[in-house]
Amino acid sequence: MAGIRIDAIEKRFGAARALEQLTLDVEDGEFLALLGPSGCGKTTLLRIIAGLETQTSGRIFIGGRDVSALPPRERGLAMVFQNYAVFPHMTVYENVAFGLRMKGAADAEVKKQVERAAGLLHIEPYLERYPAKLSGGQRQRVAVARALAVQPAVLLMDEPLSNLDALLRLEMRSELKSVLNSSGTTTVYVTHDQTEAMGLADRIAVMHKGVIEQIDRPQALYERPATRFVGGFVGSPPMNFIDMPVKAGLARLGDFANPVSTGRDTITAGIRAEDIAVVERGGLPFDVMVCEPLGSTLLLTGRVAGQLARVAVRPDAVVAPGDRLNLEPSPGRIVWIDPANGKAIGQAA
Amino acid sequence: MSEATVSLRLRRVMFWSGIAMLCAWVLVPIYLIALGAFGGRAGVFRWPKNLLPWDSGLAAMQAFLAVEGVWTAALNGALVACLTMLFSLLLGAPAGYALARYRFAGQDAFRMLVVLTRAFPLAILALPLTVTFIRTGLYDTPLGVALVHTALALPFTALVSSSLFMGIPRELEEAAWVFGCTGLQAFRKIVLPLALPGLAAAAIFSFVISWNEVFAASVLTVRNRTLTAYLLTVLAESPLHFRFAGGFLLILPSVIFIFAVRKYLFAMWGIANR
Repeated sequence: MAGIRIDAIEKRFGAARALEQLTLDVEDGEFLALLGPSGCGKTTLLRIIAGLETQTSGRIFIGGRDVSALPPRERGLAMVFQNYAVFPHMTVYENVAFGLRMKGAADAEVKKQVERAAGLLHIEPYLERYPAKLSGGQRQRVAVARALAVQPAVLLMDEPLSNLDALLRLEMRSELKSVLNSSGTTTVYVTHDQTEAMGLADRIAVMHKGVIEQIDRPQALYERPATRFVGGFVGSPPMNFIDMPVKAGLARLGDFANPVSTGRDTITAGIRAEDIAVVERGGLPFDVMVCEPLGSTLLLTGRVAGQLARVAVRPDAVVAPGDRLNLEPSPGRIVWIDPANGKAIGQAA
Repeated sequence: MSEATVSLRLRRVMFWSGIAMLCAWVLVPIYLIALGAFGGRAGVFRWPKNLLPWDSGLAAMQAFLAVEGVWTAALNGALVACLTMLFSLLLGAPAGYALARYRFAGQDAFRMLVVLTRAFPLAILALPLTVTFIRTGLYDTPLGVALVHTALALPFTALVSSSLFMGIPRELEEAAWVFGCTGLQAFRKIVLPLALPGLAAAAIFSFVISWNEVFAASVLTVRNRTLTAYLLTVLAESPLHFRFAGGFLLILPSVIFIFAVRKYLFAMWGIANR
């Protein structure tokens, strides 16, 4: 078991900067998700931790040991790849045993660890098969078992569930969580799927264009996004962003007014779709354009003073496109964002 | 009958007659050579021809094999071909691996250059090569011929193996590194077993290239002739059935080998092999 310290890591591909001076601490036993859209540098960062890619500058420590210049095999970690990367010419047993055999473990020890890992991932029935005979989900289990069999100090996962179909993904997600919880392995998990990150991680680092926008616990990230990007990326539907003019310390739109502390004459209110109540009169005028019944809620898409907004109301609400509703956002849950730099006001971003 | 079905039928006829022509283009000469090779002196001039080549027995072939020099030449040819196979694999496979795995400046130009070596006429090289080989003591040795043949086969081995290695996901190697392998171990334990059938095919192909090559072999040898070079010198003053037997013996290994590895050669030209 070991923590990871990423110290001012920078990566450039020619003139393009993939990662800018990135510093990050992952605690011992923690599950950290690197979340971001494609091209944000999250996979690059993971590969630098693994040693599959070399950083342009900066250092990596695993368990207090500087591994910046070490090849992958000497870093004491295991990795699960997006396309599983199970060895096609070896049986499942030999795949899971691969890391142990490379360490020169005795046969008895190999057998014990393979059986333990296979048991965790429920792949005992396939141990003598070749990967070609397995489904995608089973191969994924083999890849995870192979990683856990070596009892790594650090486990790296690169979008391990993205090649599975939706139902299997949900199943594997909860299973992964319970397996990793019980093993207590420090895990860095790369994903572009915010529900995956929310569901699995102790902390999430949201990355965008090579920098970490915010790093926090999932719920805190959801409720208090530090930037407009985080608010828009985390959560489904994304956070609403409504620009309001500011006069005399009051942000005012329609009949809605709220005191704000900003020197600018416009401010952006970040409001979650479920933090809005429909009221009889007053509040924000909302013109309904589309109604989507989602089962647990009714999702309304429409415009507030010409700006796109989404509101989740009770599923039995009677609303039709063309209606005008009055919305009252709960003031304590609004995130006020400076429109000039996209950062939340009153928070260190 | 509607116009559509007519054109469909026409297209099918065209398709199959095309296939038949291509097959005939290859198979008819082989068949005729076989007839001549096994028919003996009488068989070559007989008309109408026998339908089956072996109805007059193996006597003609045996007579050919009994001629002095044939066996030595065949062994020489095989030795040269084996050396060529070895060299082109040892040099070509790493080149193919580099082409597949690393990005470097001028990669596409290099790829093109590899193919272009085949466009360079060997005849121009004949004199300088001979002179150099005489000076270095390579002249009239199987090793010398094998070196030239390696130069001829190398483009194929490099390109075939590069497409082979490209077909093996990089992640497999990376997984091996992460789980404790050095670069060399990862290659030996993961990449090599997966590439082996294809590499064997590439090796056999270079064997065939060498076995069939006649120009360099004739120019660069005097006593240690390969079979092709030997036959070229003796054919002119041989009876017809003798020539046929020689020709048949020459094409036989190629046909068998190419047939055995056809799957991988398709992959080489960019046609999927599964």
